[in-house]
Amino acid sequence: MSTLSEAEIRTFVDGATQYFEVSARQPAAVGSPYLVTDGPPTVHDYTGVIGISGRRHGAVCFTAPRSMLMVLLMRMNETDTSETNMRDLVGEVANTISGNARRDFGRDFVISVPSVIANEGGRFQPPGHARPFVIPINWRSHSAKLIVCLE
Amino acid sequence: MNAVAPLKLMIVDDSNIIRRRIERSQQIERLRVVGSAGNGREALELFARTDPDVVTMDLTMPEMDGIECVEQIVARKPEVRILVVSALADKATAVEAIAKGANGFLCKPFTDRQLNDALAELLQDT
Repeated sequence: MSTLSEAEIRTFVDGATQYFEVSARQPAAVGSPYLVTDGPPTVHDYTGVIGISGRRHGAVCFTAPRSMLMVLLMRMNETDTSETNMRDLVGEVANTISGNARRDFGRDFVISVPSVIANEGGRFQPPGHARPFVIPINWRSHSAKLIVCLE
Repeated sequence: MNAVAPLKLMIVDDSNIIRRRIERSQQIERLRVVGSAGNGREALELFARTDPDVVTMDLTMPEMDGIECVEQIVARKPEVRILVVSALADKATAVEAIAKGANGFLCKPFTDRQLNDALAELLQDT
């Protein structure tokens, strides 16, 4: 299996940043990407996960702290900052990433319905053996992460 | 002068945020929200109870997905107007939804203006 191309990573990153730009009307900035070499990557309070099979295998996650999601909801004029809506929000960002991937890679990139993990142990155990690639997504004073584990 | 008859809107999406957002942001004067559902099965039950004229429909949902739900709603009421609201941004998905009977397609994420423009276009000839 070939290594991830810059264009493939760009598709996932654009999905995440597009959500902030359109829904919150404030663009997010992309930080310096890095490979995780010391075990499973750490995650924030809420994580939206999409499973990928077909041409590639693995998972892509968007993980964000509660504080960031709360501000994002407020920017979207949503006053209900309940647990349900926090989970919904990371799920929606993951959904947007997934939609972008379907558009750019076609149907040979099989993408699962997003699932959401909340407050579970602080680390994400990726499927398969691919090394997780982490791209920080910075918005206002908050920082989320896009974790790409594909082989 | 003839008053324009109100139209009943049903919102279908598994995301609570999106359901609330559409309800809050839609500004088409003729539309009255009659209810919202979190999956295709709930949507069919709500449809039977409220007989909506307009539906916003997510595609990726548990229990019954949006494409199947569009097909079943159109079979029950062919004149209904359905706006698919989905993050699945590929052309093949949009074509499939339209082929099953949807009348418009709006990609997530969307702005309030994009939502209202899409709804206005959907209702242009009603």
